[in-house]
Amino acid sequence: MRSVINILDLSVEEIDALIATANDIIANPKKYSEVCHGKKLATLFFEPSTRTRLSFEAAMYELGGHVLGFSDAGSSSATKGESVADTTKMVNCYADIIAMRHPKEGAPLVASMNSKIPVINAGDGGHNHPTQTLTDLLTISRKKGKLSDFTIGFCGDLKFGRTVHSLITALARYTGIKIVLISPDELKLPSYIKKDVLVKQGIEYVQTDNLEEVLPELDVLYMTRVQKERFLSEEEYIRLRDSYILTAEKLKIAKEDLIILHPLPRVNEISVDVDDDPRACYFEQALNGKFIRMALIMELLGLKAE
Amino acid sequence: MNIDSIKDGVVIDHITAGNAMRIYKLLGFDKLECSVAIIKNVSSKKMGKKDIIKIDSDIPLNLEALGYIDPGVTIDVIREGKLVEKRNVDLPETLHGVLTCKNPRCITSCEQELEQIFTLTDKENRVYRCMYCEAKA
Repeated sequence: MRSVINILDLSVEEIDALIATANDIIANPKKYSEVCHGKKLATLFFEPSTRTRLSFEAAMYELGGHVLGFSDAGSSSATKGESVADTTKMVNCYADIIAMRHPKEGAPLVASMNSKIPVINAGDGGHNHPTQTLTDLLTISRKKGKLSDFTIGFCGDLKFGRTVHSLITALARYTGIKIVLISPDELKLPSYIKKDVLVKQGIEYVQTDNLEEVLPELDVLYMTRVQKERFLSEEEYIRLRDSYILTAEKLKIAKEDLIILHPLPRVNEISVDVDDDPRACYFEQALNGKFIRMALIMELLGLKAE
Repeated sequence: MNIDSIKDGVVIDHITAGNAMRIYKLLGFDKLECSVAIIKNVSSKKMGKKDIIKIDSDIPLNLEALGYIDPGVTIDVIREGKLVEKRNVDLPETLHGVLTCKNPRCITSCEQELEQIFTLTDKENRVYRCMYCEAKA
C-alpha cells in the first residue's frame, strides 16, 4: 500500500496532480464533500500539534469521512510500551488511512513497513514533514502560477529547520529555481544538503547573513523561527533572533509581487504590522494545508470526485 | 612461513594490510571452533602488502560487513582442496545489523528490536545513512 513518508516519495508529476486536485477542491468544494463517505482517518499524534492535526481532521471531515485517534502519546498504548509496529497493526483493524506524528525520526517509516493501509508522515522529529512541503508548494503555485523560474529566499534557522530542508529538496526538481540562503553563521544550511541537493542538481544558490541586501531580488521569502532551545546562551539567542525580524518598513524595498511564507508558529520574526500587507501569505498557506491534505488523502485512498 | 593448506573452507584474500584483525573481530571469527589463520603483511605485487585470513571450515560470511570494512577483498571458496569459486566483494548498497544509529532522536534508539539498516548514499565518500532517520553513520 502506498504511503508518503518523505516528499521524494512523490514524483514531480504526482505533486503537480495533487496541486491540480487541491485547486479544484478550492474552486468546487461541494463536489468533494462526500468523496470519503464511510472512510476513517486515524490521526496518531504521539506529540502535541495544533495546526497539522486540525488540518488533517478538517480535511477528512470536509471529504465526508470520519476521524479517530489520539493527540498525545500519554493517551495511547505507547505509555504501556507498545511498539510503533504493533500500534500500526492494531489501527489497521479500525481505519482506512493513517496520519502519524512522532517525536522519533523514522517512526512513520516503521509504521508504513507494518501497515496494509496508507501512512502519511505528519512530522517525525526534526526529520520529514512532507505535507508541510506540499502546502508550501501549493501556496507558491497558486500565488505565482508556476513552480519554476523564481528566486526564493530562506531566512532564519536553516540548520535545524526541517521545513526548509524538505522544501529545498522538493524545489531542486523544478527548473529555473534560484535559492538565497539568509542566516547567521551559526544557523547555516547543513553542508550535506548543499552538496547532496543543491550542487548535485546544479541549483544556483547564494549565502548571506544580510536580509535587506537580498530582499529586493526575491520573488518568494520563506521565513522561519529561530528556536531558543538551539542556543547555549540567552544573549546569543536574542542577538540572532532579533537580527532577522521582517517589518513593514523593511518590506518597502521588496518586490510588489513578493510572497512571504512561514510554516508557523511565529515568535517575533515577522512583525504583526506585516500581516495586513497583501504580500503576507502565511495564513493563506495554513488554509492551503487543509486542501492539499484533502487531495493527498483522496489520492492515497484511490478515490475521485464524481 | 608455512601455513597448512585448507581442504574445505574459505580464504579471504587481498585484505588491506592492517585490516585483518578488524575483520576477525567484527565478523566474529574469534568464536569459531575451527582453525583460523591470520597472515599479516604478505608481499603482494598489486598491493605492496596485504593480509590474508584462512578459515578451515565452509562457514557463511557476512559479505555486507566484509564489503563495508574492506571493499576490494576477494573470497576463495575451497572444496576438496581445490578452488571452486572466487568472489569479489564491493562496497554494499545496504548494511543489515552492521552499524548502529547514534542519533538519539532515531526510532531505533527507543525500539531496540528494530533491525539496524543503513544505505549507501554517497559511494565516492563512503557515506552510509540510517534508513529510518537518515543520520550519517
